[in-house]
Amino acid sequence: MSKWQHYHRPRHVPEALDILARYQGRARVVAGGTDLFVELLERPPAFEALVDITAIPELRTIRADGPWIVIGAAVTHAEIVASELVRRHGTALAEGCSVIGGPQVRNVATLGGNVVHALPAADGTIALLALDAEAQVASPGGGRRWVPLPELFLGPGRSAVDATRELLTALRFRATGEREASAFGRVMRPQGVALPILAVAVTVRLDHSGQRIESARVSLGPVAPVPFRARGAESRLCGAPAAEESYRRAAEVALEECSPRTSRHRATREYRQEMIATLLPRVVEVAVARARGEAWARPRLEATDHFSSFGAWRAPS
Amino acid sequence: MPTLRMTVNGRPVEVDVAPDDFLAHVLRYRLGLTGTKIGCEEAECGACTVLVNGHPVDSCIFPAMKAQEAEVITIEGLAANGELHPLQRAFVEWGAVQCGFCTPGIIMTAKALLDRSPAPTEEAIRAALKDTYCRCGCYLEIVDAILVASGQPPRHTAHNGRPPTSPKALRAVGRPLPRPDAVAKVTGQAKYTDDYSFPNMLYGATLRAAHPHARIVRVETARARALPGVHAVLTAEDVPGEKHHGLIFDDWPVLCYDKVRYVGDAVAIVAAETPEIARRALALIEVEYEPLPAVTSPQEALAPGAPHVHEGGNLLKHIKVRKGDVEAGFAQADVIVEGEYHTPMYEHAFLEPECAIARVAEDGKVEVIVGSQIPYEDRRQIARCLGVPEEQVRVKGAFIGGGFGGKEDIAGQIHAALLAKATGRPVKVLYSRQESLRVHPKRHATWIRVRLGATRDGRLVAAEVKILGDAGAYASLSDKVMTRAATHATGPYEIPHVKVDCYTTYTNNPPAGAFRGFGVTQSAFAIESTLDVLAHTLGVDPLELRLRNALRPGAVTSTGQVLRESVGLVSCLEQVGAHVRSERGAEWWRPFPNPADPARVRAWGLAACYKNTGLGGGAPDRGAAEVEVLENGRVVVRTAAAEIGQGLPAVLAAIVAEELGVPYDQVDVALPDTDTTPDGGPTTASRQTYINGNAARMAARRVRDILAWATCEALGAPQAELDFRDGLIAARGHTVSVGQAARMAREAGRRPVARARFEAPPTRPLGQGGDMHVGFSFGVQAALVEVDTRTGEVAVLKVVNAHDIGRAINMLGLFGQIRGGIIMGIGNALTEEFPVEGGVPFCTTLSRYKMPSIRHAPEIVTYLVEDELPSGPYGAKGVGEIASIPTAAAVANAVYHAVGVRVTKTPLDQEWLLRALRPRKDSPSAGPRHDSGH
Repeated sequence: MSKWQHYHRPRHVPEALDILARYQGRARVVAGGTDLFVELLERPPAFEALVDITAIPELRTIRADGPWIVIGAAVTHAEIVASELVRRHGTALAEGCSVIGGPQVRNVATLGGNVVHALPAADGTIALLALDAEAQVASPGGGRRWVPLPELFLGPGRSAVDATRELLTALRFRATGEREASAFGRVMRPQGVALPILAVAVTVRLDHSGQRIESARVSLGPVAPVPFRARGAESRLCGAPAAEESYRRAAEVALEECSPRTSRHRATREYRQEMIATLLPRVVEVAVARARGEAWARPRLEATDHFSSFGAWRAPS
Repeated sequence: MPTLRMTVNGRPVEVDVAPDDFLAHVLRYRLGLTGTKIGCEEAECGACTVLVNGHPVDSCIFPAMKAQEAEVITIEGLAANGELHPLQRAFVEWGAVQCGFCTPGIIMTAKALLDRSPAPTEEAIRAALKDTYCRCGCYLEIVDAILVASGQPPRHTAHNGRPPTSPKALRAVGRPLPRPDAVAKVTGQAKYTDDYSFPNMLYGATLRAAHPHARIVRVETARARALPGVHAVLTAEDVPGEKHHGLIFDDWPVLCYDKVRYVGDAVAIVAAETPEIARRALALIEVEYEPLPAVTSPQEALAPGAPHVHEGGNLLKHIKVRKGDVEAGFAQADVIVEGEYHTPMYEHAFLEPECAIARVAEDGKVEVIVGSQIPYEDRRQIARCLGVPEEQVRVKGAFIGGGFGGKEDIAGQIHAALLAKATGRPVKVLYSRQESLRVHPKRHATWIRVRLGATRDGRLVAAEVKILGDAGAYASLSDKVMTRAATHATGPYEIPHVKVDCYTTYTNNPPAGAFRGFGVTQSAFAIESTLDVLAHTLGVDPLELRLRNALRPGAVTSTGQVLRESVGLVSCLEQVGAHVRSERGAEWWRPFPNPADPARVRAWGLAACYKNTGLGGGAPDRGAAEVEVLENGRVVVRTAAAEIGQGLPAVLAAIVAEELGVPYDQVDVALPDTDTTPDGGPTTASRQTYINGNAARMAARRVRDILAWATCEALGAPQAELDFRDGLIAARGHTVSVGQAARMAREAGRRPVARARFEAPPTRPLGQGGDMHVGFSFGVQAALVEVDTRTGEVAVLKVVNAHDIGRAINMLGLFGQIRGGIIMGIGNALTEEFPVEGGVPFCTTLSRYKMPSIRHAPEIVTYLVEDELPSGPYGAKGVGEIASIPTAAAVANAVYHAVGVRVTKTPLDQEWLLRALRPRKDSPSAGPRHDSGH
């Protein structure tokens, strides 16, 4: 009669894994539940128990660990946006998380949920990809392993983390340092489902002169069945002058390696391609400006102009 | 059952909950804290926002178990010791409350913001409220209320630091007085239908059609009946009276028997101990269908050989408007322009989903609580289908969380009544948001062709309009809506030769019915767009073109009505024109870049409109009200005239206070009840202020006469000499209070109560000339848009507007309607669309239908034109619809001015716009291609 018969709130990771094991596939992990519970409106649940991991203290922290910023899987989007560490050393993630849902959703929805949901356009995930993040997975036996984030994505909505057996426990990325910065931008449409038409995240490191890009990471979504790293565009940027022409060329390469599709009532493939050409150079430009410490490119995490899209459209003045 | 321990509003609470309960359900249905509303159960609308450990969350999908050991604050926990919280006070004073359904969620979201940031910027306020929707659209009032509550000056709605007062203000009329129900709404005490429950109450659920068009072969309910906890399963054969209901044509089956005609059709209903059991029972009902080809558009419906949705063919109505000789008119034209426009279906998205509770009283009477726009009409339809006299049905109103026309048709009222009769127990039928989207009538999708002829100097000489409107599966109000679309199709202009043909057809799409604007929204988009095309073809200022042709006193409308007075259109045009010229100069339509980002191009565009007040067209239009003065001095106004957020109680209270000379806050306005309040007629056609404002005024005058009669002797003065003011009756140095006067009247053998019925002046049906309507309101809006030429996105930055509403009665309500209408118009232009493909709606969840959020609320500058209508109360005309009508065309015209692309379909699609724009990208002077000086 009920949608599910049991609701567990374990206090430790091993306890959570034990509960999952006991149900032998008939229980699943839930964190904020903002995606899961809405999906249940349209299809009945395939589980009899939920294991809510948000009361596990270990999964609720953001901390610096040597070169890493480590974010517990049950940290909310609101907490990430508010975190000085993330704002400073993983700016794209703070930006990506700041535009997911509204404030109420961000107060409960978690970064781990965003990642495990495995949508190709998930804002938080796209940002994490550009930060070269890794994910920590706790397996039934209690073992933990760090895996590169891309390994988690099997297809649209399909994650390598089996939510009935195992647990995503943390995400980590190397803090951006000197002459290094990240940025995030997206294009939305005001009608229909609030998923990005295109989300782009970029991390760049400049050389000592500040005039040349030493290394770059570029991620986009939805341009493939899984959140996508545009490695071709990245190599195009590596060693290139930090200038508009380089950004434009990187976008051209990205266009070749991405295969966005047409989604009903949202956008055609062609529009998405045009948006790659439009948005990607802008996000690189902002990341570069941030790496140089230019004031105009500071993140605006409470920006609410009249447009649905978010990002640094504002050119340097 | 697990035990949930939490602190709610400072009090420890321990309650056993189901493992799948959500917090909103526990608060509302277990703890009785019904101030927290449920609008969608998708974390989309924000109505259910409460604070958990200080953070605002959507309690509708927040598992109750997550609140274990938590501190929860709901709207009921805000007022301390009877003192309103500063936010609550400011919301009341600044008119940030209309229907009130979103109000608890908005206030809780705002409280969390102020707790964290005691003096937030406007941007922070908008960021915090981004996903807490107000469908009435009082976003600017909300911003101001939050600013004021945090000790900052208001930025949007104030005049000299206060809400404005009309220059024609009297004692109560024309002042910014808070709604009488505002305090109940900001404290969570206002009860909407789902906030009521009764001992032993059962829950109803409805089995909906599995196909848009199918023959029903067999319905098997035995398994559902056998489910423990199920008390009734009813199908068509269990309907004792009429099998169909309807507002004009009775074509809508209470429960389908031969066919289903759209996916919202009801096939069977269930009453059970819990909503979950009722839903499970639905799954056990077997229906065998023989699918039929679906008619999915009016074009298809009219094609030869199309399947028939109803016997008798698909053409529901052909409406003709004829004036002069249109061919002769075009022969005189120097310039002829043409255009074709399309508007899709739109969804009302009132935040309160439909709900009805029925119970059988001890005397056998069926009592139905429902937030309906037409209480007496509900009573008629319920009684007919139950097969009982109307007196055996009592319809009681509740607070209504928005309607916008979408609560005129029957939803669950009849079903609840049938189930209550069948089970002998109270039955609640509450629609989920998803069911609401699937079932209730929408705005008509239209395809409109306009041909407009003018002389070289910009005189309109001929207009020909063809309209095709999708009525969907049932007639609902299509006849009237499409008639309004047709009669207003040539805009508020005097054109000597007019020919309008409007066809509306049945299809297997969701039915279309009343929706704020009532057909005029669609035809205004077409005509106002075409008018701009004409202006640029002629090289005439679009404002000037409208001024040259505007309806004025003495002008004849397209239906042959001679307008005698109260035609304030020219003044509206002049005021908006003066404003845009003061901002941008003589050539106000020229595009200009956003100074911070030149790839974003700005421009102004404008549109005008008119809208009838009252039913018109020969329909008797009347309403009745009762006014009673109690011995404690309070005054009660009773009328079964639905308040759906538009502000009628404030209007009635102001009028009665004015007439009786009592303080405004001494007047109470009762909820509709067909047993105790007289029939106020439908809340439709912008008619309530006009009709029931008049009725209440007449009733108040009669009561005043009774009080005067009762007190004149004691006061030692003739009745004519008595002065009613400040709640006192005074003459020759003596006073009595109205309360005392009420007692004196009673003692002298007369109850201080009077009823009055206002009958609008007669009107004539379309085609007969003469007065088709008692009057019209007029509106002109200029929108400043910004187009992002990189993405095709469009934003509305500012809307300058002027509306002739006859006379301002309540300034907060009036501005609320104007600003809210504009914001709804922005929804039409930019964000909303209800696509239906093959008879199946795309928007199965609210997450697929975007109404404007606070982020879309532009700066709004309003000029009032009070050109009084002699038959209106103090000269007032309707304002409920007018402001939502011209916005989409103003936005479309502004987009043309910005980037030279003519928008012919709403909502504006950024991808389409970018594609249209890109070929011109290289020409920096993109824009309207007329450079003739004028």
